[in-house]
Amino acid sequence: MRLEYFQLIDRIVDLNLAGLTIRCEATVPTASTIFEGHFPGYPLMPGVLLIETMAQTSGWLVVAANRFERMPFLAAVKDAKLRTFVTPGQVLSVSAELKHEGSGYAITEASIAADGKSVCDATLTFSVLAFPNAEMNKRMRDTAANIGFPMGAPADG
Amino acid sequence: MSSTFDTIANIIAETCDIPRESIKPESHAINDLGIDSLDFLDIAFAIDKAFGIKLPLEQWTQEVNDGKATTDQYFVLNNLSARIDELVAAKGA
Repeated sequence: MRLEYFQLIDRIVDLNLAGLTIRCEATVPTASTIFEGHFPGYPLMPGVLLIETMAQTSGWLVVAANRFERMPFLAAVKDAKLRTFVTPGQVLSVSAELKHEGSGYAITEASIAADGKSVCDATLTFSVLAFPNAEMNKRMRDTAANIGFPMGAPADG
Repeated sequence: MSSTFDTIANIIAETCDIPRESIKPESHAINDLGIDSLDFLDIAFAIDKAFGIKLPLEQWTQEVNDGKATTDQYFVLNNLSARIDELVAAKGA
């Protein structure tokens, strides 16, 4: 995770476009200014960032399903449950499944596990729009390549 | 078997917490019932699932924005019901 860049996914471990699932890995940094405030003397990964981690994982899946032609923007978070604390240094396994692809929107179910235990889960709704500009599309492709997105088929096929 | 309108009205009542009796065939989802675009995504999802279709929301929005259609054609509920029936029929054809 590069919290300062809001890049919460380190690596795409598995992307299955037939099953419309994705699994990513993310390691919580051992040090961050965020932990100075959340909380002083008891550092915990903020729940909103865990939700964002699930959103980014879902987002890569939706981007892949749309072959980098459209961009998902988080629109709603439902039934979010934060089940246990996450501390600096923990390795998170983040999974998402695309439950429905509508006209201009998508719905995923996402979850995070750590050390074999369920950390959190939620149902996420995205507005799926055309990329606002070519620059954003390029940067998304660059980031995707850096985190192990299988660029061959889904990105350019 | 409930009508398309009844199914839609029940979805709207449940999704948006609107009293079922206030949802009429002549109700406009946006202007009369006050449903915003985000809530309408939930409704679209429920309709897509209930009828096994994909409401072409983007196409409808484009037509309205281009002045080729009015929102009444798609968001007055008896019109929405008719559009859904058409989509269901097209799926089965």
